[in-house]
Amino acid sequence: MTFTGTVTVFVPRDSAAKSMGADAVADAIVRVASEHQQAVQIVRNGSRGMLWLEPMVEVKTPSGRIAYGPVTVADIAGLFAKGFLQGGAHALRQGPVGEIAYFKKQTRLTFARIGLTDPLSLSDYEANGGLVGLRAALAKSAAAIVDEMVASGLRGRGGAGFPAGIKWRTVLGAAADQKYIACNADEGDSGTFSDRMVIEGDPFMLLEGMVIAGLAVGATEGYIYLRSEYPDAHIVLMAAIARARAAGWLGASVLGSGKPFEVHLRLGAGAYICGEETAMLESLEGKRGIVRAKPPLPALQGLWGKPTVVNNVMTLAAVPWILQHGGAAYAAHGVGRSKGTLPFQLAGNVKYGGLVEVPFGITLRELLHDFGGGTASGRPIRAVQVGGPLGAYLPTSKFDLGLDYEAFAAAGGMIGHGGLVVFDDTVDMAKMARYAMEFCAIESCGKCTPCRIGSTRGTEVIDRLRQGDRRPQQEALLRDLCDTMANASLCAMGGLTPMPVLSALNHFPEDFRRN
Amino acid sequence: MTGLRPARTIGAVVRARLSDTTFAPFPVPTPRMQPSVRSGEAVHAAATPHQLAAVDAVVARLATLPGALLPILHAIQAELGFVPPESIDRIANGLNLSRAEVHGVITFYHDFRQAPPGRTVLKLCRAEACQAMGCERLEQRLRSVHGVAMGETTADGALTLEAVYCLGNCALSPSALVDGQLLGRVSEAHLDALVQNARMKGGSR
Repeated sequence: MTFTGTVTVFVPRDSAAKSMGADAVADAIVRVASEHQQAVQIVRNGSRGMLWLEPMVEVKTPSGRIAYGPVTVADIAGLFAKGFLQGGAHALRQGPVGEIAYFKKQTRLTFARIGLTDPLSLSDYEANGGLVGLRAALAKSAAAIVDEMVASGLRGRGGAGFPAGIKWRTVLGAAADQKYIACNADEGDSGTFSDRMVIEGDPFMLLEGMVIAGLAVGATEGYIYLRSEYPDAHIVLMAAIARARAAGWLGASVLGSGKPFEVHLRLGAGAYICGEETAMLESLEGKRGIVRAKPPLPALQGLWGKPTVVNNVMTLAAVPWILQHGGAAYAAHGVGRSKGTLPFQLAGNVKYGGLVEVPFGITLRELLHDFGGGTASGRPIRAVQVGGPLGAYLPTSKFDLGLDYEAFAAAGGMIGHGGLVVFDDTVDMAKMARYAMEFCAIESCGKCTPCRIGSTRGTEVIDRLRQGDRRPQQEALLRDLCDTMANASLCAMGGLTPMPVLSALNHFPEDFRRN
Repeated sequence: MTGLRPARTIGAVVRARLSDTTFAPFPVPTPRMQPSVRSGEAVHAAATPHQLAAVDAVVARLATLPGALLPILHAIQAELGFVPPESIDRIANGLNLSRAEVHGVITFYHDFRQAPPGRTVLKLCRAEACQAMGCERLEQRLRSVHGVAMGETTADGALTLEAVYCLGNCALSPSALVDGQLLGRVSEAHLDALVQNARMKGGSR
């Protein structure tokens, strides 16, 4: 079959898609198209976040973009034979992207462009709402930008949930010859990948958010601290910064406003603790990632001792939308004091893993069953860890909990960065509790004693507990140790490690009594 | 501190001493001939003039960056595959830091190696999401069938296996990173092929 005209085909460049062979699929489409004498234009877009369908290929047709997935190289010839360039029927055809239930049910504010556009195309970005927020910010005073942020109710997406507008107001009010915006892209929590998807799928949005933050607080320099475990994100971000600079979106006069803002990129080096804001600042300064005592707050004495906004990627990525649509529009989403949307990440042993951006208030059950479809193994879900390695393990009896910061804290958990790791009924929760202590021992910065020593002692106590050695005494010792770590550690690393340990012990005590 | 930090850090301390000709408080052991070697236990040759020139070039190029030490270490490792212990002096001089400060940073971060890795570097994720999908089976397979454990290099220098804690591919676990390329849904068969490829790849360490 030969069609006339060039057909646009989208193959994601997101590293999750590439990990399932997207590069080879893109090459194969070009090859087979040429065999059919069919002109195709391949666009390497971001991922739509339906990761079990990756590589998910989209074909632009008169009736919209039609998705096929998961596509392998072996499928390409068959797809051409079925006329997929015209949206033809095929076993892998998922239909129009916007009609896929998983996608349709979401409220995509931050992720609106991701998967839609070429992440490195300046024109795509502007054509789809990019820079509108920045232009709005340039027309406002610094204090008015901060007011908009306060009105949005946006809370820090890194895990602590501190109101971003209040932090910005503190930095705005601090007098200094130099201030900084430090973007925390050290997304170390297992089960999370939303930062990575933003950086790989819409990097200009992050840069725009940083520039707006700079305008709001009077900072002219921004640093992005990206983890080294994300080599693809690193490549995209370097290219995005170079293009934004060349286009005058960054530099001595942002969009010709006369106001300067420059962004620098730094790589982490495999230390989980550098996701903690003060350890990250130390690392940016070229030192060991040792946690600083607070106060002084980084907002007053941060990078090189100067007032610094430290915000997570997701926090800064939400900023352009807020400036474009107004703080009140953002605050209209969500529940209670948890305003807006959160891009949840469904991970681990889950059938339909991926990114789900929805307003706060959704229940675990809706996320895990309605979106996630249960486990990948087909066995029953036994536990879910919410909020990364320092988050609680929750049993199915807690699945009707609504996801908002306060409700979750009241139930002894935390939402953290929005990652949900699913385990089926083969999991040994005592082993997971031990791992939590082991991870803390491996990643502790070593500054404070409860974390540095407590984590190693914790693995030993759990080992004895699992072996059935004087069990009641070991359990009392473990609880006592967790109390010390929770209350006497300098930062969340040692302070929250008891959360997975004790939640496993409390909700799954039988796993600690197997011997 | 040494009793409380993970083995990798302790190894790094020993490694630095062994290779430091000005400080050899105990007899230098000969390399163990075993199916695999713990990274850092093997005594490697002194850095070549070419390697030292590369170190000097990196320091000269990046020394004026704010917070230059990590970018310098990354650049050296990107070029040479490791940070030769002899570079500590040169970096310290270039940045006006003490040797202890440079050594401290190198050994704090899991990424930096002070000995050359195998020709292929496999980073296998062992964080929670990958555990939920059976990454321990993969680790076991590498140990029992291919004779390489976490932190080790195969004796033929083909492959170094390193633990990593999350690659951000948690919906497609288990995940691995092979020479910077991300893999999802990694199976035991996948690993067998990968190790075989690594062993066939020529060249010297």
